[in-house]
Amino acid sequence: MIVGVRSRGSKIRSAAFGYANLVPYVFFALFPFYYMIVTSLKNDAELYNLKAVPFLIQTGVITDHYRYLFFKTDFLTWMKNSLIISVTATSISLVIAILAGYSLARLRFPGVGSFGTAVFITYLVPPTLLFLPLSQVVVWLGISDTIWALVVTYPTFLVPFSTWLLMGYFRTIPREVEECALVDGASRMQTLTRIVLPMAIPGIVCVTLFGFTLTWNEFTYALTFVSQTANKTAVVGVTADLIRGDIYYWGSLMAGAVVASLPIVIVYVWFLDYYVSGLTAGAVKG
Amino acid sequence: MAVGQRVLEATGRARPGRLTRVREWWEHEPVFGYGLIVPALVLIVGLVAYPFGMAIYFSLSDYWVGSPGSFIGLQNYRDILGNEIFRQTVYNSFVFTAIAVVLKCVLGVWLAMLLFRPFRFKRLIRGAVLLPWVIPTALSVLAWKWMFDSLYSVVNWTAIHLGIISPPGPNWLGMASYAMAAVIAVNVWRGLPFFAIIVLAGLVSIPREYYEAAEVDGAGSWGRFRHVTLPLLKPVLAVVILFSTIFTFSDFNIVQVLTSGGPVNTTHLFATFAYQMGLSGGNLGQGAAISLFLFPMLAVIVFVQLRYIRKE
Repeated sequence: MIVGVRSRGSKIRSAAFGYANLVPYVFFALFPFYYMIVTSLKNDAELYNLKAVPFLIQTGVITDHYRYLFFKTDFLTWMKNSLIISVTATSISLVIAILAGYSLARLRFPGVGSFGTAVFITYLVPPTLLFLPLSQVVVWLGISDTIWALVVTYPTFLVPFSTWLLMGYFRTIPREVEECALVDGASRMQTLTRIVLPMAIPGIVCVTLFGFTLTWNEFTYALTFVSQTANKTAVVGVTADLIRGDIYYWGSLMAGAVVASLPIVIVYVWFLDYYVSGLTAGAVKG
Repeated sequence: MAVGQRVLEATGRARPGRLTRVREWWEHEPVFGYGLIVPALVLIVGLVAYPFGMAIYFSLSDYWVGSPGSFIGLQNYRDILGNEIFRQTVYNSFVFTAIAVVLKCVLGVWLAMLLFRPFRFKRLIRGAVLLPWVIPTALSVLAWKWMFDSLYSVVNWTAIHLGIISPPGPNWLGMASYAMAAVIAVNVWRGLPFFAIIVLAGLVSIPREYYEAAEVDGAGSWGRFRHVTLPLLKPVLAVVILFSTIFTFSDFNIVQVLTSGGPVNTTHLFATFAYQMGLSGGNLGQGAAISLFLFPMLAVIVFVQLRYIRKE
């Protein structure tokens, strides 16, 4: 794999070794999703038959669980809520983060270093540290038990993260470009919106994708701040409200998990490379 | 803003002139710089710093949901430290974090090295490996809950048919040590891609000449790993381990969905116990005190991160 003259045999052996190790990993990573889909398409009789093979669908594919989900539950409302919350919270955070990220990465003013550090520390604060007091803050703001409780609180983790990521992207843009624009008479705001932003598009796409993913997937705040069924997000609705009494109806639960994951899967498949680069930049840069 | 106000008052001229002056003032680098961070600052102060202060105040008062209490000093902390479940939670958190982070680290480096080799379908396999990290955790954990079902567990079914265990197999989520193993397994499943992808980026950045030099010096593959790969990965590994420790230690989703802290509190972590105490139980004071125990751990990690890692 590294250098030197290798025989054909050792190359093949090395490749076989690589695949032999990777295949179990890929299996481990993907099996729960496969099982989710299989379960959602199986009828209850087979699902709860101890003699059946759980990996396969032997008595025919059915769509009853999906139909139940769409027509007998609030699932579509949850999906709509999730979409509104994700899009709004991500957009607000993006604007705030672009302004702050540009300022902290590019401008010189007293205290810029400490502000950068403050953003970094906030980035590391886990949501589970603050959910109790925040649950009271949303009560005082009068938005408790509505989707706005989440729109307002999600930027608390999105803005630090996005600012941090964008600072890295802004730093890679050559200073001369901005200086030229300023000399040519552009205002600072024009320089930011017309010169810098177009050059930072990859960073902005990345932040948008992560923002959408993190807000769509969020569980702690969504579970804590909203208790009315009609105002829940898809993730919390499926996890908490599809269980009737103490009984788990696994067919419809897994159908819900499949459909609620779908938007993320589609975005992910489309923009895989951005996810990889964003993940790397977010953790390693700085 | 104060300077702007004064400029406006001092000039007192007709509107166009004033506007120009405000514009000029806005063009000053420090003014513009501070201006742009105001929204972020308001957010961080109002919805992170202030709630953090509130958490401290809650923890020092007998605050219940719906009834603001009075200041009671350290009573909540005394109560918690005397609470059997809390001591179990501390123990659980350390066991969970230590085992999960070590597993993710070792397997993550191993996986990254496998992904680093040239092979076919690279993009596809990379995409598949990262998938558990991208899908909503609460939903994928739901699938795991079904896979660990007491009666229809596919894990047990497979193990029984392979002859590894005898029927009926363990009740994964109903027995203390099995439940902890299950929670750790799911955390590793979800966190491994994060390690692997970042370590992979670290591997890519290692210059190949080092390996050539090591090979010339007669180093075998283990020697190359031990003396070239590992030392050069150290900064990347340090960052990933710190990040992962924070997020594993403060985990909520996996335990809440998979076991809700059970059986008999043997998988409770700080976050899930704080949730149970503060929201399900309504005792916000003690709940806040429990979640604040996350803070010392966080502070140490932030300190190490700022002090050593960002310097490098």
